[in-house]
Amino acid sequence: MAYSEKVMDHYENPRNVGTLDKDAANVGTGMVGAPACGDVMRLQIQVSDDGIIENAVFKTYGCGSAIASSSLVTEWMKGKTLEEAKKIKNLDIAEELALPPVKVHCSVLAEDAISAAVEDYLKKRAG
Amino acid sequence: MSNLKLPIYFDYSATTPVDERVAEAMIKCMTFDGNFGNPASRSHAFGWNSEEAVEEARGHVAALINADPREIVWTSGATESNNLAIKGVAHFYKKNGKHIITSKTEHKAVLDTCRQLEREGYDVTYLDPEPNGLIDLKKLADAMRDDTILVSIMHVNNEIGVIQDIAAIGEMCRERKIIFHVDAAQSAGKVDIDLEKMKVDLMSFSAHKIYGPKGIGALYVRRKPRIRLEAQMHGGGHERGMRSGTLATHQIVGMGEAFRIAKQEMHAENDRIMKLRNRLWNGFKDMEEVYLNGDFEHRVAGNLNVSFNFVEGESLIMALKDIAVSSGSACTSSSLEPSYVLRALGRSDELAHSSLRFTIGRYTKEEEIDYTINLVKQAVSKLRDLSPLWDMFKEGVDLNSVEWAAH
Ligand SMILES: Cc1ncc(COP(=O)(O)O)c(C=O)c1O
Ligand code: FES
Repeated sequence: MAYSEKVMDHYENPRNVGTLDKDAANVGTGMVGAPACGDVMRLQIQVSDDGIIENAVFKTYGCGSAIASSSLVTEWMKGKTLEEAKKIKNLDIAEELALPPVKVHCSVLAEDAISAAVEDYLKKRAG
Repeated sequence: MSNLKLPIYFDYSATTPVDERVAEAMIKCMTFDGNFGNPASRSHAFGWNSEEAVEEARGHVAALINADPREIVWTSGATESNNLAIKGVAHFYKKNGKHIITSKTEHKAVLDTCRQLEREGYDVTYLDPEPNGLIDLKKLADAMRDDTILVSIMHVNNEIGVIQDIAAIGEMCRERKIIFHVDAAQSAGKVDIDLEKMKVDLMSFSAHKIYGPKGIGALYVRRKPRIRLEAQMHGGGHERGMRSGTLATHQIVGMGEAFRIAKQEMHAENDRIMKLRNRLWNGFKDMEEVYLNGDFEHRVAGNLNVSFNFVEGESLIMALKDIAVSSGSACTSSSLEPSYVLRALGRSDELAHSSLRFTIGRYTKEEEIDYTINLVKQAVSKLRDLSPLWDMFKEGVDLNSVEWAAH
């Protein structure tokens, strides 16, 4: 299958690969997917006191489109509020990366990872 | 580094290039100056010459497998041979019973043919292979019933390269008077086949797996004891009524030449290929979390199927643009299931998703192997740095204990 230039770029130079301390109070972690399905995405955000995403990192086990989708969303999330981040939709990701229909589920995974990371952070704050 | 030509071909089980000698022989059977006649034309030299070329080729195919040329039926490939053998036997012998035995790791051309027969009311048993890919003969014996008419087991598996004990299965089938079909698409020219000794009744071949052209194959149909088939293709009654259609002289001559070369060169070639394959495996086997899929001993020389745990196959293939390999991951094929062959061995989905198949052949060079070892090591290391599963493995987390949010 031929990949778009943008997918290849993120795949070859993934942005914001890394790990944050999942136990820190200002960090939210979202892990979605399953090894059995061939894709697991872990997205982490570090949030400032006034609710701005200061840092976002990922690690992904999955196809090139899954890696590119998660790399892209870390770029998009940085500097956004939690509310703004939650507005990132899989179709935006799929459109930006020119994903073919069979790869749309990889962008869905990235959207799920955003929600999971935000939820995790909010739960910690509430708890 | 010397001048390697990229990308490097490591997919000889998918298909092989046509050997130059084969191409030359084929070209002589197409144009007006060549042997273009219809082999079925009985009234002139154009037909006679083509017929002679076809019969010479039939002799070459028969010679490689120690069979009588009259036992060879031309088809369009192993897919058609498998269809003709399995449906042909099932339909012809249905009065004797409607039970068929095969295995879960067969090629789709066997499995889907069996599915079709199930829809027609036949009963099919799909044997589970052992974790090394081999069929346990006791389980096969247990599956045999009084109404079993056919056993179909492949010789060499296309994904993992394991070699089944065809001779032993043949003895078991003959004793129970069950017809035995073998898909030998991946074994002809790679593993010795002697059909005077082996009690195989039907055997499928394909030319394009052994440096012949695509679109031509053959079915061996035993004469003693005589095996009958119901034709699947009706028409002019070619090939003793078993497969109608004008014979494709150039294709047949190409297949014949490929089989002739294989008979002469296969042993020397196997030694060379085996060394390359072992060199490749030696380059990988000391990496962390690398698994060989399929038995190492009972394995065809050119096959290496490996799982690089915690790395997903399709992303690995993206990093390996310079080599042509195939992956057992779901994403590279049109289905969503990872390799059904690896799953049938009991491999976890993760390991199936992280598998690569390297198949080595006539034109593989040692420097290509060395280049590939480096390339793969770098790619695996890069992707493991990206992999949350690798992180967890390194932290000592048991991935089976995690509750995954499967989607
Ligand atoms: C084991 C096996 N059987 C059958 C086939 C189908 O052969 P053909 O392409 O000649 O139809 C193949 C090749 O894909 C194969 O590997
Ligand atoms: S993760 Fe499987 S297709 Fe993208």
